[in-house]
Amino acid sequence: MRRALDILFPLLLAATVLAAWEAIVDVKQIPPYILPAPSAIFAALVQNWSSLSASMLVTISVTLQGFLGALIAAIALAILFSQSRLAERALYPYAVILQVTPMVAIAPLILIWVGFDHIDRALALIAGMIAFFPILSNAAQGLKSTDFNLLDLTRLYGASRWQTLVKVQMPSALPALLTGMKIGGVIALIGEVTAEFAAGSGTASGLAWRIVESGNRLEIATLFAALALLALTGILFFAALSLLEWALLRRWHESAMARY
Amino acid sequence: MTSLMLNISRLAKRFPNGVEALAELSFSLNGGDFVSLLGPSGCGKSTALRIVAGLLAADSGAVNFPTGKPELGFVFQEPTLMPWADALTNVRLPLDLKHGTRGEANGRAESALARVGLKGFERALPRELSGGMKMRVSIARALCSFLGASKPRLLLLDEPFAALDEITRAALNDDLLRLWREDGLTILFVTHSVAESCYLSERVLVMTPRPGRLSADIALPKQSERPQGFHFSPQFLDCQRRVSEALGAA
Repeated sequence: MRRALDILFPLLLAATVLAAWEAIVDVKQIPPYILPAPSAIFAALVQNWSSLSASMLVTISVTLQGFLGALIAAIALAILFSQSRLAERALYPYAVILQVTPMVAIAPLILIWVGFDHIDRALALIAGMIAFFPILSNAAQGLKSTDFNLLDLTRLYGASRWQTLVKVQMPSALPALLTGMKIGGVIALIGEVTAEFAAGSGTASGLAWRIVESGNRLEIATLFAALALLALTGILFFAALSLLEWALLRRWHESAMARY
Repeated sequence: MTSLMLNISRLAKRFPNGVEALAELSFSLNGGDFVSLLGPSGCGKSTALRIVAGLLAADSGAVNFPTGKPELGFVFQEPTLMPWADALTNVRLPLDLKHGTRGEANGRAESALARVGLKGFERALPRELSGGMKMRVSIARALCSFLGASKPRLLLLDEPFAALDEITRAALNDDLLRLWREDGLTILFVTHSVAESCYLSERVLVMTPRPGRLSADIALPKQSERPQGFHFSPQFLDCQRRVSEALGAA
């Protein structure tokens, strides 16, 4: 029942907002190139479905590539940090610098270095660079937060560092890692969109470019349709990662367990 | 079983924050002993136990095992279980780390769980168990590290029942005594409860407030010589009086 309400309330709110939006556009006679009505946006979505859905697939594919690359790199580096304080001290500041540097400022450089012939690779790299830090910081924190007594037990029983990592530290870090993945997954999409904007015309073919293109042509209803698909893509990413979190933690971690 | 198993001499430990936990702590343990280390909170009991286990280094002094290092088992104040793993996997941990075969490890873990009264709870996760049951899993894990070991076995317990209710605590005390008798374990039991130390052990080592050193070494009646209902006997009250007086004088 509670789960049904969790879905029903946001849907009701969306329906109310859309109805109000439709009514205001109709009553105020707002021109469609300023603010199209939801019905016009839906019509544009249906009309341009083949090109918009193809763009959505490109956006999903590039974001996924960036996210998975970031995930592998961040976990590897977090493991290195957990094994070597020296490595953490030496490398962590650079990870922070990567995070605080506005990606929109260095995206053009990356596009030039990787080359416009491999535009998807460049976009994935930028998306991955944005997703990297939250995954790294959460995974590193998780690995460091293992119960000291459990670590002492593994020492007492003569465990190797690898055994301690695999049997105790990594499962213990899983909740923090999944939190990092949820944040990283969503902002990887933001990174991909930023990169597409930076790439400009004639190269990118994802949803962000459809938005720019529709804006240039004053096809505002199509712009809104692309924007809606972009939001839907973000929701899909978040939902998929939340599902993964639930599947992995529901039996043992408070954050994913039902309360009675 | 009465040979000297552990000899601690002039153990000292000061932590980086300046707290001096131990100063010249010395005592010894014979094989098969059940000894309680008793003292006020913060007197260095747990520090001493961790040094014996090799989990902490002493600043000075020595920990010697004259007949060779025994198999060590450690039970913490908290159950210290892996929350993502079921009871069987938790108990099996020492064997998994020693690269035993899965089948053999499972057999031993099941046997250890049965011995602490948890047969049928092999697949239960820690969150599905009560506080007392979690502590039983923790004890079973320590037993599991011993099972099949040919070396002498030293079980170190750091106030394991402090957070439990009185009824559960009494049941676990009796279980621990049974395991000690059946397995010929040597036990060093840290506690701040006078009654618990007198009920369980045959010798109580009383420590001074911080920095901890040995203040009294009190011999109590052998478990084998204790009458039925010892818990309610004048003899038990006398033991408690002697230990309390030593604690007061420490």
